[in-house]
Amino acid sequence: MADEVRVVIADDADLMTARAEARAMAERLGFPRPDPTLIATAISEIARNIVVHSGSGEIVLKPFEDAYRYGLIVIATDQGPGIRDVEAALRDDYSGRGGPGLGLPGARRLMDEFDLVSDADNGTTVTMKKWRYRDELARLREERRRRA
Amino acid sequence: MSVAILREGDYLIAAILSDLTDKEVLELRGELTELVGRYRSRGLVIDVSALDVIDSFVARALRAIVLTVRPRGAQTVIVGIQPDGAIALVQFRLNLGPLRVALDLDAARTLLDQLTGGEAEDGR
Repeated sequence: MADEVRVVIADDADLMTARAEARAMAERLGFPRPDPTLIATAISEIARNIVVHSGSGEIVLKPFEDAYRYGLIVIATDQGPGIRDVEAALRDDYSGRGGPGLGLPGARRLMDEFDLVSDADNGTTVTMKKWRYRDELARLREERRRRA
Repeated sequence: MSVAILREGDYLIAAILSDLTDKEVLELRGELTELVGRYRSRGLVIDVSALDVIDSFVARALRAIVLTVRPRGAQTVIVGIQPDGAIALVQFRLNLGPLRVALDLDAARTLLDQLTGGEAEDGR
């Protein structure tokens, strides 16, 4: 399996690197269209949040796979001031800085799993996952087996 | 900046040739506003097909360009949104709002001809 990729996020040019790396990894893993674009778009938002709100941080892209699924995990961290009201930040109309707060809820909708942990001491960590079943039939069989 | 600016009659065509940084996206607004005035363009086409993604920042920046060149006398049409990008826009629930979008340059030209044909009727 491909190794994890680490992208340091310090200015807006790093967003391009993060998008390109994410797209490349998604394609390498075999994600069908439009998933690589959805993943790159979500990462673009999260990376921009780091630049705007914290100044710097990093994004780690990790491939994962098991018998039924393959996927991509994105872990974005910064040591910035943190988000005071996480629940509000994930609502569609919120922005801590005046701009329309579309980035986080939009990114969440583009991915399969989304988790945000934030406090003033430790900054913010966003973990997002996108995954695909190798075989829909195998997935159904597995679900049946689990229920049985 | 990797944006090719072409003039075609009354229309100005801004073709983005590679993915852009946020800074470059913002610079585009000032540049296009200036050029629309210099060439007295009545229509502006922005080709976004080379952008890696259309995220909330790009959508907002395009909106700002549209709103800024309008009082300078130009209508704007965005072209080149890719199929995957279109799906991302919908799933993201990004509202393109006042942006006029066409599939390609030909469609954009037709749309601009309609938009600028009757200047007097256009109340904007």
